[in-house]
Amino acid sequence: MNTSRIPHLLLWLMLSVSSVAVARADEVQVAVAANFIAPMKLIVADFEKDTGHIAILSFGATGKFYAQITNGAAYEVFLAADEETPVKLEKNGFAVSGSRFTYATGKLVLWSAQLGLVDAQGDVLKKNTFSKLAIAAPKVAPYGAAAVESMTKLGLLATLEPKLVTGESIGQAFSFVATGNAELGFLALSQVYVGGKLKSGSAWIVPDHLHSPIRQDAVLLAKGKANKAALALVAFLKTEKAKTVIRSFGYQS
Amino acid sequence: MNQAGLQAIWLTINLAATTTIVLLLLGTPLAWWLARTRSWLKGPVAALVALPLVLPPVVLGFYLLVLMGPNGPVGQLTQSLGLGLLPFSFAGLVIGSVIYSMPFVVKPLQDAFEAMGDRPLEVAATLRASPLDTFFSVVLPLARPAYLTAAVMGFAHTVGEFGIVLMLGGNIPGQTRLLSVQIYDHVEALEYTQAHWLAGGLMVFAFAVLLALHGVQQKAQTHTQHKRLA
Repeated sequence: MNTSRIPHLLLWLMLSVSSVAVARADEVQVAVAANFIAPMKLIVADFEKDTGHIAILSFGATGKFYAQITNGAAYEVFLAADEETPVKLEKNGFAVSGSRFTYATGKLVLWSAQLGLVDAQGDVLKKNTFSKLAIAAPKVAPYGAAAVESMTKLGLLATLEPKLVTGESIGQAFSFVATGNAELGFLALSQVYVGGKLKSGSAWIVPDHLHSPIRQDAVLLAKGKANKAALALVAFLKTEKAKTVIRSFGYQS
Repeated sequence: MNQAGLQAIWLTINLAATTTIVLLLLGTPLAWWLARTRSWLKGPVAALVALPLVLPPVVLGFYLLVLMGPNGPVGQLTQSLGLGLLPFSFAGLVIGSVIYSMPFVVKPLQDAFEAMGDRPLEVAATLRASPLDTFFSVVLPLARPAYLTAAVMGFAHTVGEFGIVLMLGGNIPGQTRLLSVQIYDHVEALEYTQAHWLAGGLMVFAFAVLLALHGVQQKAQTHTQHKRLA
């Protein structure tokens, strides 16, 4: 009784496995930098509606994705938080060379959850009205590096250094500031900005001349070079429709 | 090994030792109560103690960040006491670690106290030993292997802590940048050589500790068996 069932079970298993494989032909696995979560969800909703393809998104830190991709992760498109990581992937043959492009340029913002704490000129940095200033890890997070660069240019790094607390990513720096544990922090404008205006709190948008541009590049990964959905997604990111969404979150594109 | 690595190692040892001492002091009465009580509260308290075994550390870290923050009840209490805020400080990490490693210290102690039964206590009582005297001269010696297990597990588990530290620490060199966070930083920055040094060292340490613990436990077991035979 039991043994006669086994072939049926096997057949059923094989069928379900092959049907999964068929469905996957139009899917694309995407690795997305943590600061781009909100815009990417909107863009992908449009993408799926317009093309019929399905995009499966993973969010995380760019350095972690690098380690995963170079060790065989199945991602097909990678939207990084910097330029260097996609360049390195191209050089090592994990990305299709020539496929790299800047999908967004990030804006750095000094933000506080409290109204009125951050003034429109960023003069709060020169005052002693706060005890903790959050940034993302400058060594790994581009927004953290831009924050350090800006403080250096303002000549304030030495006085601010004892007040710095560092999040492993810009997402964690945000949670430090949002919970009030740090009174203010250097964040990505996209985290506190939606539909063209500030969500809450007070902010100073750091002028571009204080730091080098935060270019975020995307690449087609080697695993996705024959996948129609992956190619379609890369093309879709360059459309005006996607760019409008990207700009509404405070990026330049 | 560079300066930053050594600093992280020293800080980690410091945190693990402090946490272990606090846990042994807090865990003893708690384990004793859990082992002997018939109160309906036993179930809920035991579940609370075991919670960190199940919850992702990031969840604990996030709740602690909110509770100890300026708008949380704990944060408002510490501020009104003039202690300031606990996140991003060594004291904050000790509190997080005590909660995180609690089950690893309380459970072995509780098991030992339960296995002991009432008999040694009754005998001591007939010899007119005070409860405190009984505890120090009967219970503690009997529970010595359990204390060793509890201390080693508490220490080792704190060394391996990551999620809470990441949420609660703010990565300040010399204050909250622990070994696990330092390794993570190296991996994120693609500095794989430094990461290998620290990660490999940690692995050797963990293996050695667990192996030594196993050896000591075996010895204690054969020891008691010999005693029984004799």
